[in-house]
Amino acid sequence: MTNNHYFTGVKDGLPIGLGYLSVSFAFGIIAFQCGLNIFQSVLISFTNLTSAGQFAGVNILAAGGTLLELALTTFIINIRYMLMSFSLSQKIEEGIPWYQRAILSFGITDEIFAVASQRKMDFNFTYFMGLMTLPIIGWSLGTFLGAYSGNIFPQSIQNALGIMLYAMFIAIIVEPAKESKPITVVTLTAIAISCLFYFTPVLKELSVGWIVIIAALVSSGIGAVCFPLKGGMENE
Amino acid sequence: MSNFKIYAAVSVMALTTYLIRMLPITLFKKRITNIYIRSFLSYVPFTVLGAMTFPAIFYATGNTVSAGIGFIVALLLAWKKKGLLTVSLASAAAVFLVEQVLHLLSL
Repeated sequence: MTNNHYFTGVKDGLPIGLGYLSVSFAFGIIAFQCGLNIFQSVLISFTNLTSAGQFAGVNILAAGGTLLELALTTFIINIRYMLMSFSLSQKIEEGIPWYQRAILSFGITDEIFAVASQRKMDFNFTYFMGLMTLPIIGWSLGTFLGAYSGNIFPQSIQNALGIMLYAMFIAIIVEPAKESKPITVVTLTAIAISCLFYFTPVLKELSVGWIVIIAALVSSGIGAVCFPLKGGMENE
Repeated sequence: MSNFKIYAAVSVMALTTYLIRMLPITLFKKRITNIYIRSFLSYVPFTVLGAMTFPAIFYATGNTVSAGIGFIVALLLAWKKKGLLTVSLASAAAVFLVEQVLHLLSL
């Protein structure tokens, strides 16, 4: 019975794990660009298990940001997991002890949350552990392969790879923005604020980490007031 | 970049991310119903990524011309719903080609 739940979870996690291979491969390359070695790159993926947060993190690290900037940026870029964690607390079987909740919460990502939420029945500890198994392996393995490839690329190619991180951010933003006018407006607002700070004397003395935090908080706040979402979760 | 700084940074990132995931499901039983908080949270990933990408993308390569073309390639492919890896590799390839051409022209 318990084994059965585990393998149901593993099966549900297979497509997520495969999808993670390619994204984490790109992360591995970028982490190498930012000056991390293979072990450090894989360690970040294994302990963080999050795409945007990790990309942002190594970006700030490479730019010489402080640990406080890093913590704050990681916090606001991953704050959506709080919403998912709240939501999953409604869907977890009753009577699951706090320490099992604490362990399984490690595997809350956009995709794992989506799969667990779509299930008709509540999930238990064993199922969720099965569900996160292949995504964690895929995410770490892809990072290893990417960081390894980064090591063998010549310098001329490595220069061109500097744009990969930002190209990927664009890919993450554009699809939902095409479907949703509020997301487009709110994201453009954030971009405008970021550019304003970047090019204005005095304001541009702020480090990139802080500019991102201010731009994101202000524009998301404007978005929440001007375009409150009816369902609230449709972007996840 | 010292190894100490890197491992400290990894720990800070991992701990911050874990606490965000762990605390609500471990401590709370009620849903957030406030529509403004839910909306705010759902906009955050996009605004963070947008602010992080612009204007930084134009300074991410050897020069603004190659970066601008890399940006246009990324935008077009993302618009056509290509995957994350495709978009980023194609953008890097465009930057590489443009920089090779610019290099040849300058000789």
